Amino acid sequence: MDARLTAQGIRLAYEGRIVVPELSIEIPDGGFTVIVGPNACGKSTLLRALSRLLAPQAGTVALDGAPLSSLRSKEVARQLALLPQQVATPDGIAVTDLVARGRFPHQRLLRQWTSADAEAVDEALRVTGTTDLADRHIDELSGGQRQRVLLAMTLAQETGILLLDEPTTFLDMAHQVEVLELCRRLHRQGRTIVAVLHDVNQACRYASHLVAMRDGEVIATGDPSELVTPALIERVFGLATHVIDDPVTGTPLVVPLAGWAAVSSRAEETA
Amino acid sequence: MSAPVQTETRDAAASRPAGVTVWRTPGERIALRWRRRPAIVASVLLLLLIPLGLGVLLTGTFQIGLGDLWAAATGTAEPSIARVLGLIRAPRLVAGIAVGAALGVSGAVFQSITRNPLGSPDIIGFVTGAATGAIVAILVFEAPPWGVSAAAVLGGVLTALLVGALSLGGGSGGGYRIVLVGIGAGALLGAVNDLLMTHSQRDEALAAQMWLVGTLNARGWSEVLPTLIAVVVLLPVLLGVRHGLAVLELGEDQARQVGVPVGAVRLIALAVAVALAAFATATAGPIAFVALAAPQLVTRIGKATSVSLVGSAAMGAALLVAADLVSQHLPLNLSAPVGLVTGVLGGVYLLWLLGRGR
Repeated sequence: MDARLTAQGIRLAYEGRIVVPELSIEIPDGGFTVIVGPNACGKSTLLRALSRLLAPQAGTVALDGAPLSSLRSKEVARQLALLPQQVATPDGIAVTDLVARGRFPHQRLLRQWTSADAEAVDEALRVTGTTDLADRHIDELSGGQRQRVLLAMTLAQETGILLLDEPTTFLDMAHQVEVLELCRRLHRQGRTIVAVLHDVNQACRYASHLVAMRDGEVIATGDPSELVTPALIERVFGLATHVIDDPVTGTPLVVPLAGWAAVSSRAEETA
Repeated sequence: MSAPVQTETRDAAASRPAGVTVWRTPGERIALRWRRRPAIVASVLLLLLIPLGLGVLLTGTFQIGLGDLWAAATGTAEPSIARVLGLIRAPRLVAGIAVGAALGVSGAVFQSITRNPLGSPDIIGFVTGAATGAIVAILVFEAPPWGVSAAAVLGGVLTALLVGALSLGGGSGGGYRIVLVGIGAGALLGAVNDLLMTHSQRDEALAAQMWLVGTLNARGWSEVLPTLIAVVVLLPVLLGVRHGLAVLELGEDQARQVGVPVGAVRLIALAVAVALAAFATATAGPIAFVALAAPQLVTRIGKATSVSLVGSAAMGAALLVAADLVSQHLPLNLSAPVGLVTGVLGGVYLLWLLGRGR
């Protein structure tokens, strides 16, 4: 397995509180990696470390073998893009202008808008199906459209690696599918994708490589069809489940047991 | 080298929306892009300074005509006219332009960084802090004019450091914390100013009071030049970090992930904005609302989508020179310091802003 983006023995902490004690991971090239795990298990923190927003206290995150901390930030931003969980959008900004801001790592003081910039923005709008929205204001769009526009901004960076922090949170089911199908298309076009998702069933549908985390540790990694079993879900989420084949895609479908029995192990743990 | 200007229209590709001009040299060593509407607004404001400036130069108790202005420029004017123009009215006009521009730019930077239209140096205490410095210099040290100016700059910078330390320490509280802490610091320093005034001798208190209302009266070159130099030197520094500021408006995570050196951009922009506000206050005293209103007005009129530095500078200059002109020509001999006029204008502006009901 080739991996351009790797983390070796990293320890991650916020203001002295250790979230990830020690973790190593390799992001398969050309894969669609999905990180799942319970709330506060450190999955978003891991994504922040992989995108150099959080410097590890120990260990290294490396891109093509070079520690991220040794690379120029704009250089990293031409190889690897992150769509953060929250992006503030100024009032009244047009979709094209927003997408154009993704070109920052390619621009210089006197080279603000080359034809390459214009082409990258056109392409990003086209791929995300937002060309028709180009002149609209961002605050007029639906949640799904907004998320597609933000993805376009990230795509305009023209990076081989794309990190997405909970791209489907706050979207309704149809918009979630819309965004995930778009991610799958980007993956099939050859990009390496890493996404943090809440929904294990969606993760099984879309991921080529699943990473299951709990308490800041990687519990298991691999093909979701082989990985996802009632035992794993019990271990990761503390939830008693059946795992059946998804009637549509054949991927694992996790169905919680009925009643209090499903969460009893969790209840004992917290008691 | 011929440099084609392309004016792009809506029916071109989607990335070329209407109202955007792209200018590229062959080979694209230089490739610039700007929105036309904000550029036009800034140009109109700069042109507006010509009639406003003539108003300041040509009106007043001493009659001076356009011909005298030409004579003074070519060095053939009567000495008395040349003196009035060169030592009184010209520095007053330049003070209005430089102070207005400094305040406008300072407000634009603070509003961008705090992402809050109330994040402006006069609201968040820096101007009040500069006033505290000046009052202490006048009342306690009986300082000469340059000492008062230096103390004002020092007071503004110290207030900024205090507010910065209290609001940025620990976590990414961001814009709201600076605004709230700054309003608190401003209220505290305002009370300190009042206390100093009530415990001082009558003559000195009067001098301090004159300074406190904010005025362009009797501003000689020695008071004007520091601010003018600050604007000329510091505005280009800000233009260098402008794109970083624009991306920062999308949030710190997004800015850092595209490679904006967030810490450096913030530090440079804040340091420059604090310096500009402090220099402006040192020259003219605490002038209300120009820093608050100029960036908002220019953004709304120009429909700009990111911080407009040149536009805010032009708007600030035009606002202050216009207010100065009004202050000199109020009917019924109501002639008042410009600080009071901007205060009234600002109050009307705030009511309008709040009354738009959004």
